[in-house]
Amino acid sequence: MSLFEIKNVSKSFGDLKVLNDITVSVDKGEVVAIIGPSGSGKSTLLRCATMLETMDSGDLTYKGEYAAKNDENGKSVYAPPSELRKIKGYFGLVFQQFNLFPHYSVLKNLCDAPVSVQKRDRKEVEKEARVLISKMGLEGKENYYPQQLSGGQQQRVAIARALCMNPDILFFDEPTSALDPELTGEILKVIRQLAQEHMTMVIVTHEMAFARDVADRVIFMDGGYIVEEGRPEDVITNPKEERTQRFLARFSENG
Amino acid sequence: MSLMNVMRQIGSGFGSTLIIFFFTLLFSMPLGILVALGRMSKIKPLSVLIQGIISILRGTPLMLQLIVVFYGPYYLFGMKLSTGWRLYATLIGFSINYAAYFAEIFRAGIQSIPVGQTEAATVLGYTKVQTFVKIIFPQMVKRTIPPVTNEVITLVKDTSLAFVLAYQEMFTYAKQVSAAMSSLMPLFVAGLFYYLFNLVVTIAMDRIEKALSYYN
Ligand SMILES: Nc1ncnc2c1ncn2[C@@H]1O[C@H](COP(=O)(O)OP(=O)(O)OP(=O)(O)O)[C@@H](O)[C@H]1O
Ligand SMILES: [Mg+2]
Repeated sequence: MSLFEIKNVSKSFGDLKVLNDITVSVDKGEVVAIIGPSGSGKSTLLRCATMLETMDSGDLTYKGEYAAKNDENGKSVYAPPSELRKIKGYFGLVFQQFNLFPHYSVLKNLCDAPVSVQKRDRKEVEKEARVLISKMGLEGKENYYPQQLSGGQQQRVAIARALCMNPDILFFDEPTSALDPELTGEILKVIRQLAQEHMTMVIVTHEMAFARDVADRVIFMDGGYIVEEGRPEDVITNPKEERTQRFLARFSENG
Repeated sequence: MSLMNVMRQIGSGFGSTLIIFFFTLLFSMPLGILVALGRMSKIKPLSVLIQGIISILRGTPLMLQLIVVFYGPYYLFGMKLSTGWRLYATLIGFSINYAAYFAEIFRAGIQSIPVGQTEAATVLGYTKVQTFVKIIFPQMVKRTIPPVTNEVITLVKDTSLAFVLAYQEMFTYAKQVSAAMSSLMPLFVAGLFYYLFNLVVTIAMDRIEKALSYYN
């Protein structure tokens, strides 16, 4: 059984069809990278997976539990709120823009949701949060406010905030795109480390070398379709599809 | 009449001025938040209705609104107006009018907060209410302090409009004393009171702003 599956999802914004019958399933411990040109629907796919967008049609399951399921007319019907609330505990999302809470300290950014959403014991959560903070190389920053940190540090706080919820799977939407080039390395290092610890992850990224190194599987999207999918040495190093080849060629030219 | 006497007479209306000021803030701010939320509601008829009401409240004189509130029960329902009604009508009129202004300020404040804040909270599992109370509201308060301060300062001066309902606040006394003495001096004294009152308000709002500057 896959940990996460999104099946035959379609999604339109008005007349614009952004996702066309896309199916992705992820097993426990797997690291999946999603690549593709701008506007190909990568973020929309992640937003459907994390329920920030509602799918027009398709099924969405976590650990075999349905968050949404097609009805007989092929339209997604979402589970009742109590069920969705439970399923929300299975995943975390790291945004391109961090989206830390500016009025909360680093420690509170990590601890508030576990305490007030998951109703866990504050002392225990804080202990766990401090471990995560030092794991992210942020010792001593517990009482800082997000704005007092560099972009790279803020993104590490955001990753720690997601991890503090003990998710089964973590989604990243271009976690380094808002960072100066010299700061992307520290984020990639953290993600690499998580991969070594067998954290299940789905990462939308424009860092091809990173995707090749860290991912077990790469998905190339274009125009709302999955064009090619497979092992990174196949998709990134020896792409079969012409569209993939063109995308990757443009990529190596640009940088 | 000595200056001391004038000050005491005018000062005796200060309590009433304070009552209008304090209760207007107490009622209009929470009401303003509710109105702002209604104005941003996805239920189109509600949002349009509220938008219309806000437009009328901001587009017509407060003095007119006070008179309508005061005489409304008499002309609409033939009710007899008691003396106590003066104060209640004043507070109702002020609170509704200021709620309209605060609602627009709060709405702009809420909408200026990046949508990523709500999205992050949603993914973390916060309920809608939790998201508003813990994430959006505190940031809204900080962002809206400057325009709210402007409104509060205006309110201090607007309390003098209660004289149209013959509610005995500071300005009513000042006019009476001025007429009795055939002198402008009492009006200057009243002006000084309003000015000092606003000085205190400004300092207080400044304090609040500083207290919230622990983050950007
Ligand atoms: N809320 C929305 N309303 C209307 N159109 C949208 C919305 N969100 C995304 N789109 C459109 O859907 C398409 C796919 O967008 P999406 O953000 O998923 O692409 P992406 O692959 O993440 O691109 P990028 O690499 O630039 O982040 C784009 O054409 C975009 O303009
Ligand atoms: Mg995107």
